[in-house]
Amino acid sequence: MSEQPFTGTLRLVFANAMSEQPVLTVSRLSSSFGSTCDYCKNSKAQLDRNVCPVCGTIHALREVSIEVFSGEILGIVGESGSGKSTLMRCICFDQRASAGSVTTELVDQGKTNLLECSAQQKRAIRNTLFGMVYQNPWLGLRMDFSAISNIAEQMIASGNRNVKEMRERSLYLLDKVNIPLRRAGDAPREFSGGMQQRVQIAKALSNNPPILLLDEVTTGLDLSVQATVLDLILSLRRDLNVSMIVVSHDLAVIRMLADRTSVMLDGKIIEHGLTDQIMEDPQHPYTQQLVHSLL
Amino acid sequence: MMAERITAEYVRAEQAQVEQTETGQMRQLYNFAFFDEGSKREIRRAVLKAIAIPGYQVPFASREMPIGRGWGTGGLQLTLALIGSDDVLKVIDQGHDGSVNAVSIKKLVVATTGVRVTESSSEATLIQSRHRIPEVPLSREQVLVLQVPTPEPLREIEAHEQVTRRLHAEADYTGAWLGLFEQITRFGSTTTSADHPVLVNGRYVMAPSPIPRFDNHKLHQAKNLTLFGAGREKKIYAVPPYTDVQSLDFEDYPFIVEDFAGISCRACGADSVYFDELIDADSGEVYYQCNDTNYCLTRQEQTL
Repeated sequence: MSEQPFTGTLRLVFANAMSEQPVLTVSRLSSSFGSTCDYCKNSKAQLDRNVCPVCGTIHALREVSIEVFSGEILGIVGESGSGKSTLMRCICFDQRASAGSVTTELVDQGKTNLLECSAQQKRAIRNTLFGMVYQNPWLGLRMDFSAISNIAEQMIASGNRNVKEMRERSLYLLDKVNIPLRRAGDAPREFSGGMQQRVQIAKALSNNPPILLLDEVTTGLDLSVQATVLDLILSLRRDLNVSMIVVSHDLAVIRMLADRTSVMLDGKIIEHGLTDQIMEDPQHPYTQQLVHSLL
Repeated sequence: MMAERITAEYVRAEQAQVEQTETGQMRQLYNFAFFDEGSKREIRRAVLKAIAIPGYQVPFASREMPIGRGWGTGGLQLTLALIGSDDVLKVIDQGHDGSVNAVSIKKLVVATTGVRVTESSSEATLIQSRHRIPEVPLSREQVLVLQVPTPEPLREIEAHEQVTRRLHAEADYTGAWLGLFEQITRFGSTTTSADHPVLVNGRYVMAPSPIPRFDNHKLHQAKNLTLFGAGREKKIYAVPPYTDVQSLDFEDYPFIVEDFAGISCRACGADSVYFDELIDADSGEVYYQCNDTNYCLTRQEQTL
């Protein structure tokens, strides 16, 4: 698998010139459910999709490796059940991975496998380094707490005890994601789906995380709202130079956002390259099918 | 002293059984302090653990009691497990010695132990209380038992016990602060009238039972042992003597207690205490009186 730090746009070339090391490196990450047997322990073993034909173990992720560079947006596409969300959940510690490592140059110069940190360390890393936006806003937000409190939660978690500071930051972010400030005190339960998603993004951004994980953020939103959210993501990258992993099954979204793209199928990355390359000249039969079915 | 107490109770318990067999009658004789010795020992073990880990909620096998759960069974179980025949008991309900709940509990304890009761906060060796800490500072020799309805300070934020236990283990108290932050967002200040969460010994966040904010500082570096019993929720926890207890707050929204500036008690003239607001039935005039009845009466006697 060839890694290409060059991402095609002039600004990113500049950003990468400062740091040649990837911000986030995921290496040989696996997640399996079941006993695993001698047959399926071999990563080359032929499985029935992602199920071991011998012992019935489900391999949600099989030795997935990705790298994200500073200010880069990495797209991950694949059909339902291909392991996209599992990958995201493993990276941000929502789910335990069976094997592999996640490292970042921001922690211990990339020498520490984040997956082996203690629960407290994981929480600290999650609160300061990662911003996670879930497909379902109900997973990422406290629906009965005001939008301000939702955004402040992340800041409280990382030790901020100044109400004024947190409130100002929350309002700034809500404004940034185009939520009218008069709604700031309302609970996300009363918001539309698109607004909830934008509150989630504001929450994820509260601590200025260098890495943002976006899981199907635009799925289920109508086209105009989708466009606003995508616009927002691009402007965040432009203004804050945040690195992102964007998971989507929607190739149009990936084409618009991602510099590089990995294609997942049955828990494995089957193709990997510049987004343009993947779109114009797909190599793997599944990617070809995916690209050709794009309306 | 504890050992002597336990031995004395064993002797009493044996005597009670002997008496029963000799008379041969179906007289209902309770063991000293209602509980069997095994139950008392289990509760004492939980108490010892609670004292060893200040602010940590120790699970215990809450017993079936002759009063309903939620009516002070946690406090009562602590009282019964700790009381000895030489103890002097005081029971308060919302500052009053004479309210129904306090009187019933006192009656039960006296009927099964025969201990002396008092209304004086300084004379009592064991004080069971609901919603108040007496105004008179307690001494090293006294034990305060508080009745707790909801021992979990994070329950409002997280419904699952499994999760809150993990949050305590990892000292993740974001939720407790978030609750206060939300109150400030909505109402401009924290709105906990009682049960304002506290950080005990710099480690565990604890619900101080529904004592008013006014009483929170009385827990800080108190000379006495304070025990908390939640019968329905089956938890015991403690603030040992001379322990740091800090009320949670924010840098720019410091913890404040109820403001009684310019108010004094109509009956005894006291100020700087916790007051009840009352309305004179005849004139419709609002007046204030000490919430702690024993404190008020003592002052009235002194001035007479």
